[in-house]
Amino acid sequence: MKKNNNMGLAQAKAKSTAIAATVFLFPALLLIGIFIVYPVIDTFVISGYKWNGISADKVFVGLENWKTLLHDEMFWKSFKHNLIVMVFSIVLQIPLGMLLATFLDAGGKKFNFFKIIWFLPYLMSSVAIAFLFVYALATNGGMVSSFASIIQGKKVTIDLLGTAPNALYTVIGVMAWQFTPFYMVYFIAGYGNIDTTIYEAAIIDGATRWQYIKNIAIPLLGPIFKTACIMSLIGSLKYFDMIWNMTQGGPAGTTELMATYMYKLSFQQFSMGYGSTVAAGMFILITAIALIFNKVFKVKEVY
Amino acid sequence: MARNNTTSADYRSSKIKSKIAWAIAIFFACIMLVLTLTPFFFMIMNSFRKQFDMLQQGVFHLPHPWYFDNYINVVKNGFFGYFLRSVIVVGISLVLMLIISAFAAYPLSRMNFKLNPLIYATIVAMMSVPMHVTLIPIFKLTTAIGFYDSLKALIGPYVAFALPMSVFILTAFMKTIPKEIEESAEIDGCNRYQNFFKIILPLSKSGLSTLAIYNGVAMWNEFAFANTLLITPAKKTLPLALGQFKGEHSLDIPIILAVLTLSVLPMIILFIVFQDKLVKGMMAGAVKG
Repeated sequence: MKKNNNMGLAQAKAKSTAIAATVFLFPALLLIGIFIVYPVIDTFVISGYKWNGISADKVFVGLENWKTLLHDEMFWKSFKHNLIVMVFSIVLQIPLGMLLATFLDAGGKKFNFFKIIWFLPYLMSSVAIAFLFVYALATNGGMVSSFASIIQGKKVTIDLLGTAPNALYTVIGVMAWQFTPFYMVYFIAGYGNIDTTIYEAAIIDGATRWQYIKNIAIPLLGPIFKTACIMSLIGSLKYFDMIWNMTQGGPAGTTELMATYMYKLSFQQFSMGYGSTVAAGMFILITAIALIFNKVFKVKEVY
Repeated sequence: MARNNTTSADYRSSKIKSKIAWAIAIFFACIMLVLTLTPFFFMIMNSFRKQFDMLQQGVFHLPHPWYFDNYINVVKNGFFGYFLRSVIVVGISLVLMLIISAFAAYPLSRMNFKLNPLIYATIVAMMSVPMHVTLIPIFKLTTAIGFYDSLKALIGPYVAFALPMSVFILTAFMKTIPKEIEESAEIDGCNRYQNFFKIILPLSKSGLSTLAIYNGVAMWNEFAFANTLLITPAKKTLPLALGQFKGEHSLDIPIILAVLTLSVLPMIILFIVFQDKLVKGMMAGAVKG
């Protein structure tokens, strides 16, 4: 009898826990369901239609859009640009951020001034940066052209955003300007997490600052370095705001990325069916690349 | 004796070497300083020029005379409207997001129920969904429920996309609060709901403030949803103000640089006032991986 009572109590407790958990979790799950899960599924559903996004007549075309996607030169070109951006982001931003962090870590408090100034670009939104650099890099009245004109003593125009091979690399440079401070602060935190006794022990053993950095600190930063790479990787594959406001993918599609291409198709040309296919393709590619990276480099679960 | 000599010579030469290394490092540090600051300098200097002075005076000269009308024009043409709408959207979204994510993190961190690991894993997996993939369905949904072209339209997506990471961080945070505190409160007659509001929520303040900064900055700068879901100028938020002003004054570069300066200013002021806290908050996204 007493045992039964206990069972009843335990069950009642489990039940009240389940009820409380449901109450507390409900709003979050509802919103995530409506605005993330459902839209992802719906993107795949819409990718089966020919639809302009407004009119009621949606024509089911099956896998037609997906066939188009496989042979869509512009999409694969955009993907290639994403990959170029990805490689250069990892190669430029992360080492540079690490270098700046190393400098600040070695210099200590007296270099705080550098830290504050170097962080400033990360305070600007991507949209603001895009507009700023459109004017700063303009051929007429831009920073670079004006500077070159002063140096050479005559009017020089350097068209960084308007001509084909330059534009993509200029965009990559602007991205480096924007995101290097992020990795800098990230690595400063990484240095901060290294136990100071390790440094002291190394110095007592006669190591120089440089030897400490090279042989002890950098190997210890390994896991952080990998996480930084995967952040940069995913970030570059879904890059949108800055490019959209700076070049809109131009000139002649040479800075087109998957996200800008999708946006152009969907909200300028109003072919939302095919736009959804591009979005879904982008989702598949990003997920696949992130998974492959995780597998190859055995990134420890950061979750 | 001889040995001593070499050591001190070694010592001296290594000291010189280290001085040279520092000199080179500081030289490059200064170059980075110039590269970082020049665009800001360009933006601020030229925002105080008349439209045509920019080409005549040269962009690197100090403005002559300092021309403040750009700022007056920007303010007259509704800058504070954009600003205010951004404040409203970010304010409402942020409060909702913090409450809802704290709600969700509480059972995930402190209650045993069967679905706990599954729900947690699902929410965490949502962190890696790119928002662009959801843009068309959310546009469709927003139109269908009649929220298109109103500030209401932004709140749902802003809250939802901030939730996964916030729940993830808060769950980890709440796990560090000792169980004994709750147990003793239970003995004093508090139920779970009272526990949450009286104990867990107040103790999570520092985690919540980090999330508020990170997501506040992200929402403040959000462009893609706003650009897709708002169309009337009188309803647009601050990130869209730049495009709007550019459309209206396409040739007047200084006036757009004034808009830029004004839109960057709040962040720089916050940075000066709450330096470390802001940096820490903005880095919260680093767990996203």
